[in-house]
Amino acid sequence: MATLELRSISKTFSTATGSVPVLDRLNMRIANGEFVAVIGPSGSGKTTLFNIIAGLELPDTGAVLIDEVEVTGQRGQVAYMPQRDALLPWLSVIENAVLATVVQGGDVSAARREARALLADFGLEGWGDVRPALLSGGMRQRAAFLRTVLWHRPIMLLDEPFGALDALTRAQLQQWLLGLWDRLDRTVVLVTHDIDEAIILADRIYVLTARPARIALEVPVELPRPRSYTLVTDPAFARLKRQLQQVLVDGSGQS
Amino acid sequence: MSNEASPPISTPTTIAPRLAWRVRMAAYGPPALLVIGLLLFWEAVVWYWAIPVWLLPPPSRIVATLLDSLPTLTGHTLSTLTVTIPGFALALVVGFSLGVALDASPLLRRAIYPLLVTSQTVPIVAIAPLLVVGFGFGLFPKVLVVALVTFFPIVVNTIDGLQSADRDQRRLLEAMGASYWQLLRLLRLRAALPAIFTGIKVAITYSVIGAVLAEWIGASAGLGVYIARSLRAFRTDQVFVAALVTSLLTIALFTLVSLLERWIVFWKGER
Ligand SMILES: Nc1ncnc2c1ncn2[C@@H]1O[C@H](COP(=O)(O)OP(=O)(O)OP(=O)(O)O)[C@@H](O)[C@H]1O
Ligand SMILES: [Mg+2]
Repeated sequence: MATLELRSISKTFSTATGSVPVLDRLNMRIANGEFVAVIGPSGSGKTTLFNIIAGLELPDTGAVLIDEVEVTGQRGQVAYMPQRDALLPWLSVIENAVLATVVQGGDVSAARREARALLADFGLEGWGDVRPALLSGGMRQRAAFLRTVLWHRPIMLLDEPFGALDALTRAQLQQWLLGLWDRLDRTVVLVTHDIDEAIILADRIYVLTARPARIALEVPVELPRPRSYTLVTDPAFARLKRQLQQVLVDGSGQS
Repeated sequence: MSNEASPPISTPTTIAPRLAWRVRMAAYGPPALLVIGLLLFWEAVVWYWAIPVWLLPPPSRIVATLLDSLPTLTGHTLSTLTVTIPGFALALVVGFSLGVALDASPLLRRAIYPLLVTSQTVPIVAIAPLLVVGFGFGLFPKVLVVALVTFFPIVVNTIDGLQSADRDQRRLLEAMGASYWQLLRLLRLRAALPAIFTGIKVAITYSVIGAVLAEWIGASAGLGVYIARSLRAFRTDQVFVAALVTSLLTIALFTLVSLLERWIVFWKGER
């Protein structure tokens, strides 16, 4: 249905002070229905990678393929949740949620009905007609996530969806996402700084090196689903966490 | 600003009205007292040195003149408004469209922007008589003068406002595959509204003065004509009255725009 493949993606930005190599021949392959986490040091190029997959940026070399079809530079192929929520302050939660349908000329009133039906699942019941300014940080993230789900794309890119939240809210949202995840049936790529988050949520983890990003490690997370927060005390969890920490520290120490 | 966000303030209690009154007094009290003090001082100075009315009329005389000439003034004021409103409307339409066009085309911007700036450095008192010569004594040259003095802040603020849209929101819409027009309609025009209103507020303060100036140069009615006639007759008190009406008119239009802004840019200040 929806596999995502990155073939030898490189990207260098040229700035006034010189050229900044950001991505160095990255290869990734994400299977249909898989949940993959990408961890890497800050500034390693994770958002740049997402921008390339979303077609916002062109790679210098390499190709993006969805279901074996090249889509490099094409927009609107994947659902993208940017690092900050990017909710439009003049629209209600519902209108923000159906934005992709509006842009892509779909059936907006059907999308509104669908959004309304999902409000409760997203912990936003009764908040559908309220503007984002009145929402808490966690609710804003859920509204942005609802917008991403209603984009109706089999592949979702989530760029640090919980990065700006406090630890407690983040843990609650991770738990919530785990619950929602099974029913959604989507391919997900999640960027995060948080090793625990990656292990709890993902089927497989890519660790990137510091800029220019290469793949330092690729590990499957062999922990049974359904998972929950109690996992953090599992010995397998601790082992994997130590391994990832090791690679992250080494990888960013080199360059 | 939002009424949903601040229910405690709008809830009526026994203390709230008195508190609201005190807050209002704290805001408007000092300037009101200052104005009253200055007026009293002015009256005293005129009376003490027996300054002739044609040189500096006292406030009491100005008020008396205002009441006396109310019917004539109303006619002139309405006449001035028939120049101000169309002139400003023209500036709004042209300024906004030009702003959008210059934003869309860098080439156009490089070609026209310097001309726009230059147009603002030419004194309007030099252009206005030429317009009257060119277009006659009808309404049109006067409307054009008002448009000329008011369109610039609207163009500049429209261009700036269109650039001010949040980068992340822009990228999100682009990732959805939004076209140039969708980006404009769904995001950039909305994001530009606060800046456009700033431009409109600056422009509206010039608009009445622009109309008065145009009438002074060539018209048969309007506050500008009233001022010119009063000056010729050494009726300084009438000049003061006309100045007062001009500034009240400007304040009224400014307030109207501010109310419109609060209604249209309803999300501003919510966050
Ligand atoms: N348009 C651009 N022009 C020049 N340099 C850029 C551009 N976009 C990103 N960069 C640089 O590329 C590097 C990677 O940026 P990117 O935002 O992809 O990092 P990131 O891994 O998402 O970081 P974080 O975890 O802090 O979000 C940074 O050093 C950034 O300064
Ligand atoms: Mg980033």
